[in-house]
Amino acid sequence: MIEMHDVWKTYPNGAVALQGVSVRIDKGEFVYVVGPSGAGKSTFIKLMYREERPSKGSIFVNGFNIERLKERKIPLLRRQIGVVFQDFKLLPNMTVQENVAFALEVIEASPKKIRQRVNEVLELVGLTDKAKDLPAHLSGGQQQRVSIARALINNPSVIIADEPTGNLDPETSWDIMRLFEEINNRGTTIVMATHNKEIVNTLKRRVLAVEGGQIVRDQKRGVYGYEN
Amino acid sequence: MKIRTIGRHGREGLRNLSRNGWMTFASISAVTVTLLLLGVFLLLAYNVQQFSKQLESQVEMNVYVKEGAARADVLELERQLKSLPELASVTYVSKESGLDQLKDKLQENASLLEGLDKENPLPDKFILKAKDPQLIGSVAAKVQTLPLVDKVNYGKDTVEKLFKGISLVRNSGAVFVVGLCFTALFLISNTIKVTIFARRKEIEIMKLVGATNWFIRWPFLIEGLLIGALGAVLPIALLSFGYSYLLSVYPSFMYFNFAAVDLVYSVSTILISIGALIGMIGSVMSISRFLRI
Repeated sequence: MIEMHDVWKTYPNGAVALQGVSVRIDKGEFVYVVGPSGAGKSTFIKLMYREERPSKGSIFVNGFNIERLKERKIPLLRRQIGVVFQDFKLLPNMTVQENVAFALEVIEASPKKIRQRVNEVLELVGLTDKAKDLPAHLSGGQQQRVSIARALINNPSVIIADEPTGNLDPETSWDIMRLFEEINNRGTTIVMATHNKEIVNTLKRRVLAVEGGQIVRDQKRGVYGYEN
Repeated sequence: MKIRTIGRHGREGLRNLSRNGWMTFASISAVTVTLLLLGVFLLLAYNVQQFSKQLESQVEMNVYVKEGAARADVLELERQLKSLPELASVTYVSKESGLDQLKDKLQENASLLEGLDKENPLPDKFILKAKDPQLIGSVAAKVQTLPLVDKVNYGKDTVEKLFKGISLVRNSGAVFVVGLCFTALFLISNTIKVTIFARRKEIEIMKLVGATNWFIRWPFLIEGLLIGALGAVLPIALLSFGYSYLLSVYPSFMYFNFAAVDLVYSVSTILISIGALIGMIGSVMSISRFLRI
């Protein structure tokens, strides 16, 4: 599903974000990526949907060879994975349903199919009654649900989340995590960078700890392992 | 691209106009001001051009035939003159009709010329117009070499001064039009750049969700085209109204008739094309650097 072999990433300003990372994530897994700020978690995540490019090493996601992937083909990769961000990244001028539909419009799906899928995923995240609202009129937790719905709409085999609960209060964070659990139970792989100690320690899953650009710990049913 | 996707891009482009209300208004205003300026200048430049052409076309040369030339020889000279490719017109004025014209000019003082009928001192002459008035000097030199030509006169000094003035006006007009076009291009694409900069996050999000570059570009392109075209509406209305009003009040200036109102239609076409084209190019160029993600 996701494989990295000796991946290095050096930014143009000379900062070294990753040094020789190798990892394999199988279908259906739920993986937390933890570690202090600036350890390389975000870079690790961004490489998977090709927002960043590795300086060295090879990465395969869903059969796509990331470092050889042509600029033109990037959209094809991104349509097969759902990405959820800390800041939600919703289009401010579009309603909830338009935001969710956008991910299907880009593959030129039929309006009928779009309508049907939008209803399905909005029901799954429990936002059917907010379909016509603008993101600005929703709470943080609701906005994150919209972005999860958008990530789900293409039926991706993997969802990548970069601190999805980072901007949310504890209670809302738990709602969102329950949603991710449910999605994972349906067979979707989930890779999630997080700073939420309580969540990691309660919902015990595989934990990858990144420090100084390297994976220093890889535990099945692991713990957070850092003091917040 | 599927047909319904084309429709989708069109709708999106239109909706973006209203979604970004104030930005749209600012862009359209910038286009309006620039095109109005350009339009006024185009009207002016065209009329100045026509006026100078008319001045030029009034330049003619008198060719005097030698005293005592036989009728047949004068006809031969006329044939030779008419065969010169540089000439636009050749008019023969016999000494008799020359005298009649002089009498007409003097009117009540024509009695001064009494008695000249018997011994007409005027020579036969030809009045020539060159196809390219600017070349009248060299045509004159050529005509001078023909047999039976006594003198060629085209008011050398005055004509040269006139031509110098005309080319100065024309050249500076051309420089101004080109400069104004560039200013329009810069102003319009800059305004669009500002509106797009405000939306760079949206472009980034679209890319992250898997949109291709062209999927993102099309609505922006249509939006830019509409902004450019809408920006041309007010200038076109003002110029049409203003120019026809001007024509109704001052139809002419120094024997020069201002270009007919049709000119406004041509200028309008130019304005709306420039607006739409620059709007399109401006938005496509401005989003390109935000697509690299």
